[in-house]
Amino acid sequence: MNRKLGLLTALLLLLAVANVLWGSLDIPVKDVWHILCGGEVEGHSAWSIIVLQGRIPQMLTALLTGMALGTCGLLLQTAFRNPLAGPSILGIDSGANLGVAIVLLLLGGTASIGNLTIGGHLLVVVAAMVGALAIMALLMILSRLLRSQVMLLITGVIISYVTGSIIQLLNYSATEQGVFSFVIWGMGNFSSVGIERLLFFCVLLCLGLLLALLLIKPLDALLLGDRYAENLGIRIGRVRQMLLLVTGLLTATTTAFCGPISFIGLAVPHLARLALGTTHHRILMPATMLIGANLALACNLLSTLPRDGSIIPISVITPLIGAPVVLHVILKQRN
Amino acid sequence: MIELQHLSVGYGTTSVLSDINQSLRSGQMVCLLGANGVGKSTILRTLAGFLPPLSGKVLLEGCDLLSLTISQRSQAVSVVLTERVEVPYMKVTDLVGMGRSPYTGFFGRLSKADKNIVDEAIEMVGITGLAQRTIDTLSDGERQKALLAKALAQQTPVILLDEPTAFLDFHAKVSTLRLMLRLAHETNKTIFLSTHDVEMAIQLSDALWIVQDGAIEAGTTASLTESGRLQHFLQAEGITYDAAERTLKIK
Repeated sequence: MNRKLGLLTALLLLLAVANVLWGSLDIPVKDVWHILCGGEVEGHSAWSIIVLQGRIPQMLTALLTGMALGTCGLLLQTAFRNPLAGPSILGIDSGANLGVAIVLLLLGGTASIGNLTIGGHLLVVVAAMVGALAIMALLMILSRLLRSQVMLLITGVIISYVTGSIIQLLNYSATEQGVFSFVIWGMGNFSSVGIERLLFFCVLLCLGLLLALLLIKPLDALLLGDRYAENLGIRIGRVRQMLLLVTGLLTATTTAFCGPISFIGLAVPHLARLALGTTHHRILMPATMLIGANLALACNLLSTLPRDGSIIPISVITPLIGAPVVLHVILKQRN
Repeated sequence: MIELQHLSVGYGTTSVLSDINQSLRSGQMVCLLGANGVGKSTILRTLAGFLPPLSGKVLLEGCDLLSLTISQRSQAVSVVLTERVEVPYMKVTDLVGMGRSPYTGFFGRLSKADKNIVDEAIEMVGITGLAQRTIDTLSDGERQKALLAKALAQQTPVILLDEPTAFLDFHAKVSTLRLMLRLAHETNKTIFLSTHDVEMAIQLSDALWIVQDGAIEAGTTASLTESGRLQHFLQAEGITYDAAERTLKIK
């Protein structure tokens, strides 16, 4: 068990380094190393900026986002006892989307995530959080009424459609620039946090991840269902509130900064279970965080494949990786 | 020992059964009989603390159930519910290990002593050979025994089971009931279960609670037969009860 977690950590380090060495722009590895050591490459002063203010923050953003989304997926799958739950399927990130869309429009419809001040960013995160929490709360109420797992998923899909419609309507009244920046944001990317907002982003996600660790024992009990968990001494009400807060914070922060990134939250917990074959959250949660980070870093690396300065949107890559995992889960459930 | 004093159970303002005055002794397996919808589950839920009593009291070893914290209650009463427990990758030892949750630390890690208690519980229900199997590969009867082992690992004086023999095949019903009877006698626990397997309950249990017409009649099979309550409960077209043999004949 520990060996596997060690392997995942080693892979994480490897991918993190790879993300700094390779990017959409070809910079020789030895020059990257030189820059990292504090040097400057003659005639290519822009390279320093690209590496130090571009690639490193982007790597950290991808790493933390992967951790956060994977953890969200794990929390949701356990809390709803539904293997197909995840922030995007349940419509939680579309709630965050809606929050973001409203704020971007309120800020004049011309602001893009990239050029907001910290105050503006805080507003976007809060709006995303309000949106995500509203959807989470709605789902928790509905999950008590809906006994069937499938119905809850369908509800999530419907929520996504409705928020999608509202966002389209908002776009109608937005400026061309606003619509454009919203579309770009919607493609998902790990570069929009940047060096200026990195600390703020890291603090929010680390807080969420730490809070998630507090839920390890209750989550184990919740696997058996609310009643069994309560009988095992778990305060269900308090745990639910905490779950709401943590998934809301993690989904809202990642969505607000990086755009909607699908499938990572859904697929990663399954990869963790598959790799470690356990149900103990004290092992599953770190494994989920590591695998999520690895997957996001790999996606980020793949997104630079065109190698001509352009990048493939993250939201194009993640479904290609996530969908087969989800199919596997569905087929396994059938048996 | 559990005492029910002027207990009324139900949901919201709707009372299902009112003014119950009964008690459950330690070291006994007591079966709760009654038609669907008479309030068997409601009683069990109230005793487990899932549902607040509408009025009256439940005393657990002299302590008011409502005055216990969730954590104290988890060490006083354990449950086996009707809902299916389906968790991929969960092994029998993991499931039984969950019974130690009230006693484990922050991350729920099991100590050596906890693991011994888990192994013992698995042995008591006779599924040691299945300990490393995942629960989705178990038969219904085996799964029920695993859940019973979870309740044993929880080390509570009281175990409540909601229809533990439903969905089981005939042999599994018999072996599960006999197992619970033996455990009640050997461990001196109160084992209280609802069931529709009337004939087995009549033959095996230490005491019966019959819920009928909004009231509860409790007693041994012999005393309930003597008072005619059992006959009244069983009375239906085509059923005759042989009190001497404790069997049902169906025509």
